[in-house]
Amino acid sequence: MASLRDIKGRINSTKKTKQITKAMEMVSASKLNKAEQNARSFVPYSEKIQEVVASIASGGGNASHPMLEAREVKRTGYLVITSDRGLAGAYNSSVLRKVYQQIRQHHTSAEEYSLITMGRIGRDFFRKRNMPVDKDITGIADQPDFADIKDIASETVQLFTEGEIDQLFIYYNHYVSAITQEVTEKKALPLTNLNPEGKAGTSSYEYEPSEEEILEVLLPQYAESLIYGALLDGKASEHAARMTAMKSATDNADDLIGDLSLSYNRARQAAITQEITEIVGGAAALE
Amino acid sequence: MKTLTVSVVTPDGPVLEDAYEMVSCKAESGELGILPGHIPMVAPLTISAVRLKHEGGSERIAVSGGFLEVRPDKVTILAQSAEKPSEIDIDRARRAKERAEQRMANKQSDIDFRRAELALKRAINRLDVKNNNF
Repeated sequence: MASLRDIKGRINSTKKTKQITKAMEMVSASKLNKAEQNARSFVPYSEKIQEVVASIASGGGNASHPMLEAREVKRTGYLVITSDRGLAGAYNSSVLRKVYQQIRQHHTSAEEYSLITMGRIGRDFFRKRNMPVDKDITGIADQPDFADIKDIASETVQLFTEGEIDQLFIYYNHYVSAITQEVTEKKALPLTNLNPEGKAGTSSYEYEPSEEEILEVLLPQYAESLIYGALLDGKASEHAARMTAMKSATDNADDLIGDLSLSYNRARQAAITQEITEIVGGAAALE
Repeated sequence: MKTLTVSVVTPDGPVLEDAYEMVSCKAESGELGILPGHIPMVAPLTISAVRLKHEGGSERIAVSGGFLEVRPDKVTILAQSAEKPSEIDIDRARRAKERAEQRMANKQSDIDFRRAELALKRAINRLDVKNNNF
């Protein structure tokens, strides 16, 4: 049996770890709050831009743009959103596993795909496996501004318009609730399913100067907004995942401390009993 | 006087929503003035100031690109960034202007040059709106 001192030491160190995980849990909870707000304030923008894009795409009929048309796929782009830091439960590993499986299934050589990663964990994962990471961004703020990721988003969209990649998938954790996040695959480019409900445009617009020129401006902006939306969603999931992970770590620490205290008390009791037996034995020997 | 509702929306959230009498802005194809009852229209905006007129005067907003959607009683401006004069950080804009000018001076590639040019435009636009230079 471990000595009293050993057990005491373990109890103390577990208590200290618990303090840390507890603090991280609370920090994540407040960050989650903010991330949720950010995601919410982005909704009006994304709804509006989707509405206009859909009404142009469905209304005009003769409007065409390379970003709207599916073409033969020679190279696929994968945009993977992960976090910079770990300690977030299965947040990163589940996304990475999904992407990895997809790539294994669909591609035989590294020529056929290209990876764009947001977050350090994703970048390191693919680099270690010698997979081509074309662009990466790390150190994204917990509450990212659109300006922070505008460059990588527009570069990614450029890859498509210049023909480097022929389709683009976004992988991220969709925030369902504070305890559930779902790994989501979203096809961002080409924009083929703009009008999923099949509803006709609410109004027919006058286009100034022309539909083509509007699409020229609007579609890249729309694609960038898809990427930003996924990032905001991913950030909310990250904080939620970290909060849950830290909560269960704190709970585990509580359990562990309980178990250790029990064996500490048992050991103490055993030591006292032994001492008494020895004294009684000694006194009996004297008589 | 009839009014129209103007809302300015950016990815970071709504900037403004209110009733105004007239909106004038600079689209890619030229200056546009919109009064209530305009036919539905979509037009891309340049990096410029949007002027919103209401009874007692007018307001200005610096927008960086984006576009404008017009309905008879509502105007929506979707921009990647939009700021009221009170929200503009003048030092930051000035620094951005200097940086962009420097980059343009020692130009290396066409892409960098274009990017610097856009950054310069945005910075000048912000400064103009802040200083009321029109």
